[in-house]
Amino acid sequence: MTTTPLAARPGRAWWRVPPRHVPVLATAALLLVMYSIGVSQYRAFSNIQVVFNVFIDNGFLLVVAVGMTFVILTGGIDLSVGSVVAMTAMVSASLLGNGLHPAVVLVIALLIGPVLGFAMGCVIHFFDIQPFIVTLAGMFFARGVCTWISTTSIPITDGFWTSTAQHRIHLGENFVSVGALIAVAVVAVAAAVLAYTRLGRNVYAIGGNQQSALLMGLPVGRTKIAVYTISGLCSAIGGILLSFYTLSGAPLIAVGMELDVIAAVVIGGTLLTGGSGYIFGTLLGVLVLSIIQTLITFDGTLNSWWTKIVIGGLLFVFILLQRLVGIRTK
Amino acid sequence: MSTVRARAAGVTGHRLFWPLVVLVLLLMANAIYRPSFLSVELKNGHLYGSLIDIVRLSAPLILVALGMSLVIATGGIDLSVGAVAAVAGAVACLYISEQPDQNSLGVVLTAVALGFGVALLLGAWNGILVAGIGIQPIIATLILMVAGRGLAQLIAEGQIITINSGPYKVIGVGHLLTLPFAIVIALAVTVLVAVLTRRTALGMIIESVGGNAEASRLAGIRSRRITFLVYVVSAACAAIAGFMMTANVSSADGNAVGLWVELDAILAVVIGGTALAGGRFYLGGTVVGALLIQTLTTSVYAMNIDPQTSLLFKAVVVIVVCLIQAPAFRARFRRRRSVPVTPVEPVGTEKEQVPA
Repeated sequence: MTTTPLAARPGRAWWRVPPRHVPVLATAALLLVMYSIGVSQYRAFSNIQVVFNVFIDNGFLLVVAVGMTFVILTGGIDLSVGSVVAMTAMVSASLLGNGLHPAVVLVIALLIGPVLGFAMGCVIHFFDIQPFIVTLAGMFFARGVCTWISTTSIPITDGFWTSTAQHRIHLGENFVSVGALIAVAVVAVAAAVLAYTRLGRNVYAIGGNQQSALLMGLPVGRTKIAVYTISGLCSAIGGILLSFYTLSGAPLIAVGMELDVIAAVVIGGTLLTGGSGYIFGTLLGVLVLSIIQTLITFDGTLNSWWTKIVIGGLLFVFILLQRLVGIRTK
Repeated sequence: MSTVRARAAGVTGHRLFWPLVVLVLLLMANAIYRPSFLSVELKNGHLYGSLIDIVRLSAPLILVALGMSLVIATGGIDLSVGAVAAVAGAVACLYISEQPDQNSLGVVLTAVALGFGVALLLGAWNGILVAGIGIQPIIATLILMVAGRGLAQLIAEGQIITINSGPYKVIGVGHLLTLPFAIVIALAVTVLVAVLTRRTALGMIIESVGGNAEASRLAGIRSRRITFLVYVVSAACAAIAGFMMTANVSSADGNAVGLWVELDAILAVVIGGTALAGGRFYLGGTVVGALLIQTLTTSVYAMNIDPQTSLLFKAVVVIVVCLIQAPAFRARFRRRRSVPVTPVEPVGTEKEQVPA
């Protein structure tokens, strides 16, 4: 794949983009089209606040999708993310209810996710069990912990939590929430880690071909455990953002979120076999999902189940696109 | 001494040994907690008892898991079974609810045929994506898993369709020859699938496709056609399970029917000793796995444990069963145990089995 473009370069037109960029560009184009449809159909849509709201409402989804991108890039999958998000929110809500200091709660809540992720990564690596099964068990476990803590929703009344949740950072006439800023920061850090650090390159190498990575002397085991820990950490951050957003912990919140997250990552152009994809693509994927929801909310006549059907259709189109691009490079 | 040990190793090494041990332990725990648990009695010509209940409630899971075994045997996976069950149930219930006479047998048969037909179409869609276009199975079926739920809600227009149809209800709670009808259906499908795959070459062909699709094709097997077929069969099994689930409660809820059944089914298959990598399948193991999962759920209810925490138990059992079955885990455990006993001969061979 690397040699043929080099040989063909002189004859290549300047507009021919590398095939690995095609899915991301297609997502970007789709996003633009959907946004312009929204702007042309609804007057309130052109308000820049709509864009900010997308980040405010889906900050937690974005953070979790970033973690999932790491896992999927190595060719694995993490089904536990939705449950870990709910577990983090539940634990925070219940500890705050018991009067613990918010800083302590924050540290504990941020530790649980990575610890569970680390444990799952260890089982996957050392005992060679499929990620699908291990993270499925992790999903059951985390959801079980949620309902074990409480079967009903726990409200959060802590001063730090409520003031952070309601704090508005003004940008001109519009505002964003603290959660949205944290989400954008996580995206920036993750993109830098993936592109410029040794860990990031190892992730791509393992996703490309695990056997080759092993023979090259790359730390396959360590990297695999690391990505599940990262995914756990991202889910924990997502859980905190969700608890800021809803100001409560509910045992059945974020059920099925893992599917939305996987869909966002795939629509963002990351190959599920691993080895190819970008954090930027995941950002676009999450934005596409949120714009669909915004459009359906603005329309008012469409029912919520259309969201699922449209997401399913988009998944199909993008997977087909990946497939076509894949055929062309061969 | 050594033959006894070898024979014991043969028994404990059997793929169904540990799942069966866990199943028996669970049943025993139940029997100790409530001695009447194991009793089965005959009332009005029908069999009643906790054991019968467990089998009846696990019938939909057994059906879905049977289809899933075949899919997994080809190295694929079918995430859409829950959504397919919901769509099939919604179609059947919608048709029945629109008829003036809901109790007519003809209406119910037409409804079931309609639901079945739609499910076959959905299965064919999965099959075309996987076998025709060559999309990864997990993704191809993810599409239908997401969109199928939306489809089921679209069919029901977001409502829960309730019906009042005697013949349809029989699928879920009726009796035939003293046994609950659901058990009879599950048994019939199990026998049918077993005979078709194990008494003909079909099973071996499916396994060979799972082992290496390209090599099978070169050996003269129509790999694509087999792959396509297993997804259709899986959808058909899911549809029957969907009828059962909706008949149980005489209503179809697009959101709730078959929710998470795909995960339970995959679990049942894996507990039964079928590896997710494909190339082998064990229908008996799958049935045991499905029974184990349902027994676990029933025990949680029967022992007055908060049903909400049943997921915790499930997580623990899944991890334990998977660990015990994992070759890497076994090799580690065996090596540690056998080193002090026989330090010379078996260690060398066993160390080689430990994957790097």
